[in-house]
Amino acid sequence: MSEVAESMELKTTQNPLGQIRLNITKRSFGQIRVESVFKKTLVLVAVLMVVIVLAIMLTLIIYSVPSLKSLGIKFLWGKTWDPITNVYGGFPFLLGTLLTSFLALIIAIPFSFAIAIYLGEYNPKGALSNFLKNTVELIAAVPSVIYGFWGLLVLVPMVRTLEMKLGVLPYGIGIFTASLILAIMIIPYGASLGREMIQMVPLNLKEAAYGLGATRWEVIRNVVIPYAKSGLLAGILLSLGRALGETMAVTMVIGNTNAIPTSIFGPGNTMASVIANEFTEADHTLYLSALIELGLFLFVVTVVINMIGKRIIKRFTNE
Amino acid sequence: MKSFFKNAKQAVAAAALLVAATAGVQTKAVAQDDKTLLGAGSTFIYPLFSKQFAEYNTKTGIQVNYQSIGSGGGILQLTNKTVDFGASDGPLNAEQTTKLGVPALHIPMASGAVVITYNLPGDNNLISLTPAIIADIFLGKITKWNDARITSINKGVNIPALPILVAHRSDGSGTTNIFTNYLSKVSPEWSTKVGSGGAVNWPTGLGGKGNEGVAGVVKQTPGSIGYVELIYALQNKMDYAKVQNKKGVFIVPSLASVTSASNVTLPDDAKIFLTDTDAKDGYPISGFTWALIYKEQNYNSRSADRAKKLLTLLWWNIHDGQQFTSALNYAPLSKEAVKVAEKILKSATYNGKPIL
Repeated sequence: MSEVAESMELKTTQNPLGQIRLNITKRSFGQIRVESVFKKTLVLVAVLMVVIVLAIMLTLIIYSVPSLKSLGIKFLWGKTWDPITNVYGGFPFLLGTLLTSFLALIIAIPFSFAIAIYLGEYNPKGALSNFLKNTVELIAAVPSVIYGFWGLLVLVPMVRTLEMKLGVLPYGIGIFTASLILAIMIIPYGASLGREMIQMVPLNLKEAAYGLGATRWEVIRNVVIPYAKSGLLAGILLSLGRALGETMAVTMVIGNTNAIPTSIFGPGNTMASVIANEFTEADHTLYLSALIELGLFLFVVTVVINMIGKRIIKRFTNE
Repeated sequence: MKSFFKNAKQAVAAAALLVAATAGVQTKAVAQDDKTLLGAGSTFIYPLFSKQFAEYNTKTGIQVNYQSIGSGGGILQLTNKTVDFGASDGPLNAEQTTKLGVPALHIPMASGAVVITYNLPGDNNLISLTPAIIADIFLGKITKWNDARITSINKGVNIPALPILVAHRSDGSGTTNIFTNYLSKVSPEWSTKVGSGGAVNWPTGLGGKGNEGVAGVVKQTPGSIGYVELIYALQNKMDYAKVQNKKGVFIVPSLASVTSASNVTLPDDAKIFLTDTDAKDGYPISGFTWALIYKEQNYNSRSADRAKKLLTLLWWNIHDGQQFTSALNYAPLSKEAVKVAEKILKSATYNGKPIL
């Protein structure tokens, strides 16, 4: 412990502000011990999180073994999911998950960014701003089953009307409806993070641009957005993560058809929703194991997409 | 900073207390006070069980704690010997039987049925359907409502020229098990192409989660057809179809016709799907819900008294308990079913000796 005390003293003597040094040398060794215990606790908690994630991964792998053994690599691109004959292919669900998530992202991004720019730049303070901010954050707080119900009762008939006008089969439920619901659910993630980053853009940068005669649009385009880029991209990544894993709301409106979707208006299924649907009554080992392998698959897909996303953010911010 | 330690100590003490408390609860559950019987399984039977067990409690003071976690879960809990009885809408499959290791008894508790519900504009409740038509619709071979096969047996009913949209359950369920079992019996093509089980690879259609999910699709989509539990259809006043049974009679699904479906010569173990019944007035898409117990009741150091209490309860369920079925829209057991159930209960043993 004494080394800690010494090293702290060493540091503070180098500090030109003598006052702080005075305060620190007055501290007892007991207090320093508390510091070290506190630090150790922090490390422990952080390590625990890593252990939990690895343990989940390990559990998924162990329980997938029967399915991995019996189906092998075919699981990844098999198109049939048949619990009766024990043929399991996760490809239609992978496709469903990716389709709904990215479609939702495409729909959500303009809204997220618009909200972020408006609340971050145009109207950062005041009652209206607060009201808008809280409302957007509320969107994230609503339980997903409520979105599912709302989707089923309100959105589905609306989509059906649209589908009739477009001349496609008027199911109402399907990939497009699921993407719409997801888009609404993920808007706040991109919006909140983007808004905070936009508010952090230094005032002197903006003022300099205005001083050079830039219009507001030019300032946003050339100063604010480039500065806040990493935050906006991180918001997208967060949204995508949420969309990939969302289960309940999607299950209720996607149509749960275990075949490769033929159009974005057709029904499909996602990995998360297959697991939620079939897990409780999976009555034989291989079936259960195949569902768990699907979970593992989803886990890996999420990790990979996150890694790619981080790469993109890094590249954009380092240029 | 000292308060940090103090708090930590308090936290540890609190945690220890908590652990002790939970452990206390657990030992209590393991010790199983003999006034509480434990059951788990089928969600379908839950409303009936909760009524029956409440009545039984006021009558005898014995409490039954039933968790409706799904048939599969109930069987698992029975396998792990954490409950006195399981309840399931389907009989044990080969793997479940192997895992159980010792013989189990299937005791019929009540009957349920699956009805074909649909959404056709206009007043056309109770259209007639034959098994072949139903199978071909769910196989995706009949795709229009005004198909000659449908209209020829529904003369005088206004059937529009809508495309058929099939709705099925997306979650694994006893309802699907009964329905696909029926389709496998009546259609060789279904049997080879799809098969039967709690979840199958549907050739066509949309999946809805739960009865309410299927009903949601059907209610919202003109031209749709799906299947739900009879109870659900009755409670929600949905349109449903008459189905032709094995004897050629078109049967309206009702509590009476479902009960009739089980009024046939049953196998001694009652481990049978009632689908496609031989009974002339029986509705063909019916099925039992069973209570599952171990044949030999002396396991896990259970007392003879506890075994006796369990058997008495189930005996009451199939006799006096049946009076609560109809009010809750369950079909009561038929005479034949009660007879077989009695025999099965009497075959349960404690140390090899009959209990009842």
